[in-house]
Amino acid sequence: MGELLKDLGTWLTSQEQWSGSDGIANRLGEHLEYSLIATAVAAVIALPIGLLIGHTGRGAFLAINLASFGRALPTVGLIVLVFLASGLSMTPVYVSLVALAVPSVVTNTYAGMRAVDPDTRDAARGQGMRAHQVLLRVEIPLALPLIMTGLRLALIQVVATATIAAYVSFGGLGRYVFDGLAQRDLVQVLGGAVLVAAVALVLDLLLAALQRALFRNRPAPIA
Amino acid sequence: MTIDREWIADHTGELTELSVSHLQAALTAVLLGLLISLPLAVLAHRVRALRGLLLGIANILFTIPSIAIFVLLLPVSGLTRTTTVTGLTVYTLVVLLRNTVEGLDAVPAKAREAAKAMGTRPLRILLTVELPLALPVVMAGVRIATVMSISLVSVATYIGDGGLGQLFTDGFQRNFPTPVFAGVALTLLLALIADTFLVVVEYVLTPWNRKGQRA
Repeated sequence: MGELLKDLGTWLTSQEQWSGSDGIANRLGEHLEYSLIATAVAAVIALPIGLLIGHTGRGAFLAINLASFGRALPTVGLIVLVFLASGLSMTPVYVSLVALAVPSVVTNTYAGMRAVDPDTRDAARGQGMRAHQVLLRVEIPLALPLIMTGLRLALIQVVATATIAAYVSFGGLGRYVFDGLAQRDLVQVLGGAVLVAAVALVLDLLLAALQRALFRNRPAPIA
Repeated sequence: MTIDREWIADHTGELTELSVSHLQAALTAVLLGLLISLPLAVLAHRVRALRGLLLGIANILFTIPSIAIFVLLLPVSGLTRTTTVTGLTVYTLVVLLRNTVEGLDAVPAKAREAAKAMGTRPLRILLTVELPLALPVVMAGVRIATVMSISLVSVATYIGDGGLGQLFTDGFQRNFPTPVFAGVALTLLLALIADTFLVVVEYVLTPWNRKGQRA
């Protein structure tokens, strides 16, 4: 174990490991690119759906079932299926990652909207606010902590899962995991895993800090 | 992309076998996860100092890609079922631990104090008052963990196991979508059946939550 950790340390810190197209810096960039684009696309799709369901109270059934359907969908199967259908392109990677992230964002946004006190909503209406004003000035601000939790959860899942992009021959940190697996090189696999976990944690902490900075008056929930 | 129905008809035996093996791995992991997370959750609930530590460790484990966890277990347990189940158990822990702690936190203090005032011992309070009252939240965690495990088993296909996941590797290598499609569909079906079963279990275990529904 000690030997392995020492090798891992050497692997992670050696100059040559960080440079070049197969270097950590480049793989890290690819991994971030896949993860951030997929999460952003998922947010663009999922936030309006969650807000609509939460605001109107209609389609709650959809929101709840979407969550368990999304959790049940095997990402590996999906990526292979889309790969076989669309050929060698980034489409399978993004389709799978977005499909993974959408349910978390929809259900958390919906839950956040539902948690808004109906009295508060009625008071806003009573003051003469229009539907979109109630949504923008009352409901969304109050629902934000849970919406952010959903986004953070989605991002963590996407970063961890973006590893499989390497399975359909793309880059990212998953390259080390899959190449290491093929070469029976445990240090490389371990290095890849440690880097993925580190990226997920750092991004999560950054989002948490952003959340605190933006909404000082509200305590951030523990995700 | 066309689905070859004949292939599916010819392989029902294999598909059934893989489904059973798939479900077996997922359910064993959830069961083990429950056995491990329950005492840890009680500990995290009672000892505030341990709470952040335990939940923090669980969160970090959750960020490690599942493929990596399986591969890292290889030197320990080899290309076996044990590796699959151990890897899956790690993932169930995150959900089960958090939900069980939250469930215990949500038990009304009055219920606990009433039991204490009647002279009930701490262990009995835990077993007969706290855990039953925490059950709906715990069960929500069990449902999430079960569905998640069923979906994750297929990742173990990279280490030669993975139940229905083997269909993904097979289809990918032969450039043949039918097994992949069948694998995805069966995984979703298994998850749906397991989830429905757990809803029924919860209904049976929490008779006090049913009051008024029958009127």
